[in-house]
Amino acid sequence: MSFTLKVNGRAHTVDVPEDTPLLYVLRDELGLNGAKYGCGVGQCGACTVLSNGTSLRSCVVPAARLGGRELTTLEGLRAPDGAPHPLQKAFLAEQAGQCAYCIPGMLMAAAALLREKPRPSEAEIRTALDANLCRCGSHNRIVRAIQRAAAELAK
Amino acid sequence: MSTPVDRRTVLKGSLVLAFSLMGPHALGAAPRPGGLPRSLRAHPRLDAWLEISADGVVTLKTGKVELGQGVLTALGQICADELDVDFSRLTLVSGDTVRSPDEGTTAGSMSMPESGTAVRHAAAEARALLLEMAGQHLGVKASRLRVKDGLITAPGGRSVTYWSLMGGKSLNREATGTVSPKPPGERRYIGRPVPRVDLPAKVMGEPVFVQDFRSDTLVHGRVVRAPSPGASLVEVDTARVEGLPGVLKVVRDGDFLAVIATREWLAIKAAASLAETARWREQEALPVDVHAWLLEQPTQDTVIEDTPRPTDEASARTVEARYRRPYQMHGAIGPSCAVAEWDGDVLTVHSHSQSIFDTTEAIARMLRLPTDKVHGRHLQGSGCYGHNGADDAAADAALLAHALPGRAVRVQWSREDEHACEPYGSAMVMKVRAGVSDRGDVLDWDYELWSMPHGTRPGGNPGNLLAGRSRASPFRMPVPRNGGPPSYAADRNAIPLYAFPGRKVTTHFVPRMPLRVSSMRALGAYGNVFAIESFMDELAHAAGADPVDFRLRQLQDARARAVILKAAERFGWSPAPRPPGRGRGIGFARYKNLASYCAVCVEVSVDPKTRAVRVLRAVLAADAGEVVNPDGLVNQLEGGLIQSLSWSLKEAVRYDARRVLSRDWSTYPILTFSEVPPVDVALIDRPGEPFLGAGEAAQGPTAAALANAVFDATGVRVRDLPLTPERLAASGKQG
Ligand code: FES
Ligand code: FES
Repeated sequence: MSFTLKVNGRAHTVDVPEDTPLLYVLRDELGLNGAKYGCGVGQCGACTVLSNGTSLRSCVVPAARLGGRELTTLEGLRAPDGAPHPLQKAFLAEQAGQCAYCIPGMLMAAAALLREKPRPSEAEIRTALDANLCRCGSHNRIVRAIQRAAAELAK
Repeated sequence: MSTPVDRRTVLKGSLVLAFSLMGPHALGAAPRPGGLPRSLRAHPRLDAWLEISADGVVTLKTGKVELGQGVLTALGQICADELDVDFSRLTLVSGDTVRSPDEGTTAGSMSMPESGTAVRHAAAEARALLLEMAGQHLGVKASRLRVKDGLITAPGGRSVTYWSLMGGKSLNREATGTVSPKPPGERRYIGRPVPRVDLPAKVMGEPVFVQDFRSDTLVHGRVVRAPSPGASLVEVDTARVEGLPGVLKVVRDGDFLAVIATREWLAIKAAASLAETARWREQEALPVDVHAWLLEQPTQDTVIEDTPRPTDEASARTVEARYRRPYQMHGAIGPSCAVAEWDGDVLTVHSHSQSIFDTTEAIARMLRLPTDKVHGRHLQGSGCYGHNGADDAAADAALLAHALPGRAVRVQWSREDEHACEPYGSAMVMKVRAGVSDRGDVLDWDYELWSMPHGTRPGGNPGNLLAGRSRASPFRMPVPRNGGPPSYAADRNAIPLYAFPGRKVTTHFVPRMPLRVSSMRALGAYGNVFAIESFMDELAHAAGADPVDFRLRQLQDARARAVILKAAERFGWSPAPRPPGRGRGIGFARYKNLASYCAVCVEVSVDPKTRAVRVLRAVLAADAGEVVNPDGLVNQLEGGLIQSLSWSLKEAVRYDARRVLSRDWSTYPILTFSEVPPVDVALIDRPGEPFLGAGEAAQGPTAAALANAVFDATGVRVRDLPLTPERLAASGKQG
């Protein structure tokens, strides 16, 4: 089935089976790495992207249903001139991550949170990210990075 | 500094430099006592470790690999300091079976002691050699030269660079063991929180993980796993799947069943169809009570410590207890993945294996290829914390690539594959009995443990690879062995560090394994330290002593005492009464009794109704010897602590007599953001002391600190991990 997807501000025509989850379209058809495969069943958040600014688990939603949406992956988070997003800067400043396999999903979930709630409390950050799993134990650094980015964005 | 993902497999020809004028004496110092560090002794040529190119790039080659622990950054710091070059000049080549020195497995908190020490000495020797060459070039004694970022300057101002001296030539000279590394005061990078070299690309979404590997010939393989351990494939209708869209090939070889397709989603769907038509013969052979099973098995018994008490004063009392840990899983967030390509001559395997050299060899043997025709390249994966599915995924990809020449076959395990098929951390039983004095101090300590293996890594043997074992003519799994001294495996940390007058420690090793088990972060130390440190808490309580004082008065090792005191002080440990439902606990160990010292204090609250344990805060103090990168060390220790809290509060692999039931994150839950406490890590730096390695140091102490805090809060002693509300309720009833 052929359809058009808008990803990171650009329209792409793809031809894939109707049930193909967005994750596989992003990775295999568009060559993007931001969305990671973690569980494929919506439990871990590694595949998180933005759909019209809110977070979406790309592993469980067929791409064909997302035709009208503005989709954003980690690659689309940085500024048009390539400058890192304040969240990306903050994650580096806090050295938030060990293996960092979970980090792209964390960044996208955080971007969705800050869009909805620019100055979240620590508890609100933890609740918002509760279904994004990290096995390395980088949680506290991730929370600090999000607080740092929120403060930066509020300036 | 960069870590190129896309490296050419072909070695560039390098000119060879003759050092005919310089014997080992040219460097002037006495040989290092004890000889060269281990990894350097195994690979004494300096060009095995270092390349210096004409354009000012320094390539550092290591056999250890990045697992998210920051090892490449730390090794770069050591190299930059000893060689006197800017950190930014470094390029890392790691875990490449053609280009890197074989340093075995990246495990056991050994990367800094092994590779770190080797890099330090190799770089120091290279620097001395370059100074010697510069001395000849400039006509000045080497001792009068100064170096800054590769620029060597003589007293009069004349200079020459490393790059002009070395460019294009190879450091084909063996390490002599006669060059001393710099004294601590002269180091620029060591001891500083240099940012991790691998993080920027990961945060910016660049292709760094093996999962992100792409090539023009990339296709996707998917293995249909046996539904239960030991199941055999009776029949399958491959023809039906061969005709599905995108399917390139169905591979059946004995119990190994897989499909290769042009797109990953098509491979997933084809594998699901294949699974539907496959009929397996399953067994109902899993012991549902694995702890009871362990105690009934024939065991290999070893008394690993037997020191009778010098005096025979009768003990006032004898106390005993039994502890248990369940099967637990590594649970990488990104399931295992590998890419392999066979060009008809050489098979290239990209894998996130911790043991790339051994696994490459096992794969060569599995496919009956000469070892030099299989090129293993480490690419990063999701954090693994031990032997998980990485090596098996590499073997899957290799087998499929060999069946479909000219294509890079990528095998991505599913979440369910990883949960159900990775080798788990072994379940264990620990029993301890102590005779104590009037005062409650230990006179006689008698400790026994029962455990299955903690090491079934490939080790060059295809019988240790799932694919190798599944083929029509299968490779037999070798009988696993326990690891011996000084590090041990099942019995790691089973010998207490306390100065008990009488001590006996016995290992009951069970080589059988109903569910596959192997190395998981800290191996047996997780269970042993949990048992020892829980029991110490029980004894302290029985003696009416403060748990911190009780430990200190039976501990002579000064560095051990220092970390306990540091943790207690940072935590604000005090005898003041705790509010109802609140408690604090401490746990301590020196990992392997020879690596980092680590003490952990935690504060918990326990809900009186639900019995749910909430960790309010945690403090960790560690002495890892000389600290190379304090921020990296803090990150790793905190991560280990949080992971151990997750294991100890929530995790046990569920299974019935036939199948593993923990097949996703809902059936094997782990700690989440709202459950993670604030963690404060204090380091005791020991400049000039050996690197001790710390990646696994927190696992045992954290589990014990948690159980001790729960006891302090509730008066309920839980001796079975994990400390779930059901366990607390059950232990409370038994009293
Ligand atoms: S991969 Fe989508 S939620 Fe886990
Ligand atoms: S940093 Fe490794 S899973 Fe989060």
